[in-house]
Amino acid sequence: MTQATTSGSRTADVCLVGGGLVGMAIALGLQRHGLKVAVLDEGDIALRASRGNFGLVWVQGKGDTLPEYAQITRRSARLWPDLARRLRETTGIDVQLEQRGGLYLCLTEEELQARTRMLTRMRDAAGGDYPFETLDLAQVRDYFPDIGDEVAGATWCPEDGHLNPLLLLRALTEHFRAQGGVIDNGGRVQDIDRQGEAFRITTPAGVWSCAKLVLAAGLGNRELAPQVGLSAPVFPNRGQVLIAERVHHFLDYPTGHVRQTGEGTVQIGDSKEDVGFDSGTTTDVMAQIAHRAVRLFPLLRDVKMVRAWGALRVMTPDGYPIYEASRECPGAYLVTCHSGVTLGALHEGPLADWIARDETDLPLEVFHAQRFSL
Amino acid sequence: MATPDYDLIIIGAGPAGMAAAAEAGRQGLRCALLDEQEEAGGQIYRAIGRAPLADERILGGDYYHGRDLLHAFEQAGTDYRPGTTVWGVEDDLSLDVSRQGRSQRLHTRRLLVATGAQERPVPFPGWTLPGVMTGGAAQILLKSSAMVPPGPIVLAGSGPLLLLIAAQLARAGVTVEALLDTTPRGNWRRAARHLPGALRNPRLLAKGLGLLREIRRAGIPHLKGVDGLEALSRDGERVTHLRYRQAGESRERECRTLLVHQGVVPNVQLTRALELAHDWDEAQQCWQPRLDAWGETSRPGIFVAGDSGGIAGAQAAEEEGRLAALAIAEQLGGIEAAARDRLAAPLRTRLAPQLAIRPFLDVLYQPARRFLVPEDDTIVCRCEEVTAGELRRIADAGCRGPNQAKAFCRAGMGPCQGRLCGLTVSQVIADQCSEPVDAVGYYHIRPPIKPLSLGELASLSEPDTPTRN
Amino acid sequence: MPNVSAFERLPCRPQAKVTVFVEDDPVEMQAHDSAAAAVLAAGLLPSRTTPADESPRAPYCLMGVCFECLVEIDGTPNQQGCMIAVRDGMRIRRQCGARDMHGEGPHGDA
Repeated sequence: MTQATTSGSRTADVCLVGGGLVGMAIALGLQRHGLKVAVLDEGDIALRASRGNFGLVWVQGKGDTLPEYAQITRRSARLWPDLARRLRETTGIDVQLEQRGGLYLCLTEEELQARTRMLTRMRDAAGGDYPFETLDLAQVRDYFPDIGDEVAGATWCPEDGHLNPLLLLRALTEHFRAQGGVIDNGGRVQDIDRQGEAFRITTPAGVWSCAKLVLAAGLGNRELAPQVGLSAPVFPNRGQVLIAERVHHFLDYPTGHVRQTGEGTVQIGDSKEDVGFDSGTTTDVMAQIAHRAVRLFPLLRDVKMVRAWGALRVMTPDGYPIYEASRECPGAYLVTCHSGVTLGALHEGPLADWIARDETDLPLEVFHAQRFSL
Repeated sequence: MATPDYDLIIIGAGPAGMAAAAEAGRQGLRCALLDEQEEAGGQIYRAIGRAPLADERILGGDYYHGRDLLHAFEQAGTDYRPGTTVWGVEDDLSLDVSRQGRSQRLHTRRLLVATGAQERPVPFPGWTLPGVMTGGAAQILLKSSAMVPPGPIVLAGSGPLLLLIAAQLARAGVTVEALLDTTPRGNWRRAARHLPGALRNPRLLAKGLGLLREIRRAGIPHLKGVDGLEALSRDGERVTHLRYRQAGESRERECRTLLVHQGVVPNVQLTRALELAHDWDEAQQCWQPRLDAWGETSRPGIFVAGDSGGIAGAQAAEEEGRLAALAIAEQLGGIEAAARDRLAAPLRTRLAPQLAIRPFLDVLYQPARRFLVPEDDTIVCRCEEVTAGELRRIADAGCRGPNQAKAFCRAGMGPCQGRLCGLTVSQVIADQCSEPVDAVGYYHIRPPIKPLSLGELASLSEPDTPTRN
Repeated sequence: MPNVSAFERLPCRPQAKVTVFVEDDPVEMQAHDSAAAAVLAAGLLPSRTTPADESPRAPYCLMGVCFECLVEIDGTPNQQGCMIAVRDGMRIRRQCGARDMHGEGPHGDA
């Protein structure tokens, strides 16, 4: 399969490597600028962090050490209703977006206080514009009558929400194709070559030629970025998620660890493990996740788990995204993050605009990979 | 890692598992046998220890052969754990098992998967209606509860088991209104070239011919070349009648029970969850784990015996179970290789005719295309009610395989965890994309291998560690 | 009233007898029968409706594969009827749609 293809190369204005949530959102955004976009993807066997995404459109606590991250997160959350509406109108797919607020439940008083302190710092950093509330157990009961007695309290943020990440990926993909976008499942990108003003990208299935190139290949970016003079020090961080059978509606709001989907299934997360490229699940971690869930919501005790996921988050050393244009190879862009759902609307909107027009009001300098070599 | 509790854990108490346990006992292995059912026997010898039917002629002698196997198994000193579900297996061969709502972990040096077969999913219009059951289900009720379904009863499909069930119901004095044989007419011609192999197993051939004779003598109308089968309901609650085509004509028939069958396929849920190498078997139109001559899989130390390794029937399963046990005994230093080979020789001699007849049967009873790649409005995933048309639509929209399909339309996400749609989903996508099934692949099977309550899972955890965020 | 949809029992070797209640109707069963067998003996068709589309279903494979035999047993919803043996006094009910989280089950629902 390594045999080079000599047939004529295919061309696009922009080639985007990676057909996950990050790549597809940007691809759609680029189409708004009238660009011909090709997405190069590995297909059914890809690691696909998107399929393991928990589905939160989450604001509270994001960017506690980097105000610009808090800023773009909230901007994306505000852009979400419009993107969800456009996807519904064009594809008929309702991505089940709900942004009525969310709770982060804490089992101990210490945890609750630490969280309150963190959110207070963030509010100060935002000049007071950062809505949240700390709730005690009695107040949490107003939101969740079924909450467990062991819960100390929660932090509430009205800007939090959730959606169905699988339907989102489907909607993005269908809309992209309906507008003439090409998804090439020819396999992993083998080589990127700069020839004059164009990039030549070799996959097992053939060669693509394009003026602009966006790397949105998740963990694959680590190998690809150096080929265009960029650096992507990303590593996998495993999150295990449990999925329980469909049950009658019982949760009105998402929480940081438990949410009920539009279909009625219950998603329960999640772990953060440094285990290399092993996307498997382990009984010990699954048991811990379940243990926490039944303490939060004792009525989950009898509910059947039908599936567990191990998905690899795409992490950088400080946990924040990399957004960067190559200086060495103008026209090449790197995008990598682990919040493909929350940041999806930003990616489809202002971030795609930046790639299309090479100008932006986004504070992108702080997201350059350079920060890791200082 | 904890010290192993056992030299060998066998999963499944059918013919392969019982025979392997007996052989492992003879070879002095510390062996446990875990079985999901409360009674040993597997599906083929279901409830053999109790065999409630008063009239033994109904099920026939082959069923009661299971008593010999059960007896040998009971003498073997195996730690037999009935009613035990294996829901997780980790890389170091520790197994998470559940019995009566309580989970525990067992460690073993070797693992033998003998989880048998399941009936091939047979999607056709109306197959989800109450009153439509598999032929195997009717047989299980006959074996374990001496119960027969309400009439009018119609049988539809293809394969030796369907003929056997027709004959067994007739022996029980139950009226079978019709046997609708959906075996494609061309199969006979294509199977004929495999007849020499089949002749190496004259006993099984004679049994098959005997069943056909019995069905004829019982006066069951055996309609050949049936297609276009549909189960229909007048009240929207249960099957009331059928529609089908035969000899170019559309026909209808009243029925309260429709028993369907299109052969059996390996139960690969566990072997897939173990991420063992599997191959697509074109003749049997199913996946099977890749095995060596002793049943060892692509993961050293994990063996498969019996129909879960490829359909060859109960007698082959026994011999395969014994062969695996011998190989495991040799690996663990219980016997020399020469002794293993000497003991294996007669087993292989008995196994040969069982395997020799397979190509003939596999081609003869290959299901009609419509059951493998159903029409657009037929439900494929029963749990989430996903149709073949929906799968085709997402394949056209760029979905390249069953795992993307699962993510896009929830096929395989219900409680059966893909057991009843996995084969069809792969085949429909392969067909729509004009790719070989091998290239399209199969669902990634995730733990738990069977649904498990969150409370039971949680009970395995020590008090929670500090919150992560 | 005789139920024309019920499975029938052939002559058997002596077996211990138990009484179970299927939607409150007593059904005499044998000790090793499954809850799904009781559903069929009682002629309770359909025995569940799907959470996805409320379509009617009944036991299909009886070997633990298909999960079509999900019923409520002794107040616990979504039990795999073919894998659970009957007990004297067991109460089996239709499983209507998804699991109800608040215990009472869908009793008496129209």
